[in-house]
Amino acid sequence: MSDLFLTALRLGFLILLWILIMSIIAALRRDLSIGKRAKTGEPTAREVRKNPELAPEPAPPAKKAARTLAILEGPLSGTSLDLAASPILLGRAQEATLVLEDDYASGRHARLFPQGSRWFIEDLGSTNGTYLGENQLTRAQPVEIGQPIRIGKTVMELRP
Amino acid sequence: MSETPELETAPIPRRNTELVLLILALAVAVGANYLVSLSNTDGFDEGFITQGAVLAGMALVMHIVLRIWAKYADPIILPCVVALNGIGIAMIHRLDLANNDDAATRQLLWTGLAMAAAIATLWLVRDHRILRKAPYTFLVISALLLLLPLVPGLGKVINGARIWIFIGPLSFQPGELAKITLALFFAGYLSTHRDLILLAGRKIGPLQLPRARDLGPMIVAWLLSIGVLVMQSDLGSSILFFGLFMVMIYVATGRISWIIIGLVMVVVAGFFAAQFMSHVALRLNSWLHAFDPSVYDQQYGGSRQIVQGLFGLSNGGLFGTGLGNGRPDFVPLANSDMIIAALGEELGLIGLVAIILLFVILISRGIRAALGSRDAFGKLLAAGLSFTIGLQCFVLMGGVTLLIPLTGLTTPFMSAGGSSLLSNWIIVALLLLVSHNSRRPALTGPLNERDMAAAGPDISAKAKAREEEDARRRAKKAQAKVATPPRKGDTA
Repeated sequence: MSDLFLTALRLGFLILLWILIMSIIAALRRDLSIGKRAKTGEPTAREVRKNPELAPEPAPPAKKAARTLAILEGPLSGTSLDLAASPILLGRAQEATLVLEDDYASGRHARLFPQGSRWFIEDLGSTNGTYLGENQLTRAQPVEIGQPIRIGKTVMELRP
Repeated sequence: MSETPELETAPIPRRNTELVLLILALAVAVGANYLVSLSNTDGFDEGFITQGAVLAGMALVMHIVLRIWAKYADPIILPCVVALNGIGIAMIHRLDLANNDDAATRQLLWTGLAMAAAIATLWLVRDHRILRKAPYTFLVISALLLLLPLVPGLGKVINGARIWIFIGPLSFQPGELAKITLALFFAGYLSTHRDLILLAGRKIGPLQLPRARDLGPMIVAWLLSIGVLVMQSDLGSSILFFGLFMVMIYVATGRISWIIIGLVMVVVAGFFAAQFMSHVALRLNSWLHAFDPSVYDQQYGGSRQIVQGLFGLSNGGLFGTGLGNGRPDFVPLANSDMIIAALGEELGLIGLVAIILLFVILISRGIRAALGSRDAFGKLLAAGLSFTIGLQCFVLMGGVTLLIPLTGLTTPFMSAGGSSLLSNWIIVALLLLVSHNSRRPALTGPLNERDMAAAGPDISAKAKAREEEDARRRAKKAQAKVATPPRKGDTA
């Protein structure tokens, strides 16, 4: 094998090494682009024309706003709470808006908050969890009127 | 930590990008081994075939494992590490040819084992958050690992340091694994105690000083690294452990006062070590007076190694002598401590800068995973682990180039040595897991169809199955209605 060939191979190796580095950097550059789903705010008309799936979902039909939170089962059964425009803290702690005298509820159990025309419920890391309908909450979810919310032995629902 | 804005990248699993880069990285690794085999004076050496096969096989298995269990993991980390590991094996093989040794085979075996350990970590852990549950267990494990070499009969002094254990023919450095368990402990401890450390304390000028009792763990870490230094005579690990703790507490609190306190502690400890510990003083002397003939010729702790390494680097120049064409075997311990000098000689500045860039990219991807991570534990863990790789590179390359005194740390993924390879591959697995978690699409806001599709095939498949079931039931009901029309006349 000639020396010239070996030298060419050795230089070729250095070039290959830098091709690797350049490809990694090219891949990194693409990696920094912000995903469409990660964007906040409404998509522009141009973006909607390009990707039809970005079009905002049609607004849900207007519903009656919830005005009271009625407790159906549990120690506080039969009482109800008027809803204003401020969030409500549910739990056993004294600072909670609705103090639940329920052995299975945590101190700061869940939060019920208005957003737009709807109310959302969010679990605050409670021990026994919060159930909306039959499903345990894993994150904030909208609450429909008449949908049962269960915390420990307490069941409540929103009423117009 | 909470102040940093969440950085979002497109939640796309980029495994195909990884595959392309991985093939390039394997080309680099196998190419390096091929060049070394070509330069063998005893005729062409077939060693590169097994080396290439083991490396490529394990890398592809790991790639497939990532496709299954960590789909959104960072696509850059694995190719970087594979390239570095391959170049390391090639260089060790090349030094074997000069020294009639067989370190490359051992290194290859350890590489296979280390990658298997990384795959096992990926499979066992899945979600790095389960590691946060028992921080004190990891503290106990770290202490045990650090104490193992001191057990009589098990530990042995090599090159003046008592950091090795021997079980039969196998030797291992437990301190290498301790850096992972210590990072796990610090991350677990700091992610739960962060608020306390952050809020309490007096303010003096622009510095917020922590309370004395919150300094407790810091002092424990300091004592631990001093203990390692005194009992095991290992300056490198001692710097690594303390640096790791300083960085993690800085990342957790964002307070510059911790760095200042830590640096003061380092200066105090360094001053006393230089005064009272002979091997630290020797290191300092061979750094300050490296080119002094009397220091160069010293029997023990002289500067011959560093100076020969520097001569090698200068011999390499810009383009290097070419793999297999230089004389890196003049340098003592060329395949472990001084592998950077050997690579600098044979690949030149151009090749060495490429290798350093690979390390920089790897570390930056680790930090990126930390930035994107949604939980404090993952942030601290990824930042701490990538920092240990960075600090090791800095301490070693700084030592080789005479910027700082040379200490016995290994170059991650490159130096000959199984324990270092094993622990660094486990670190890679943990970084991949954290990056998988941070790049995975987040579920926020109310649930909708698009979220379900993005959450993964099984959720959307379940939802679809449920919908189909509903549709079928509805259809059946409708059919039943049609089949049994209300019979009016029956009751009448």
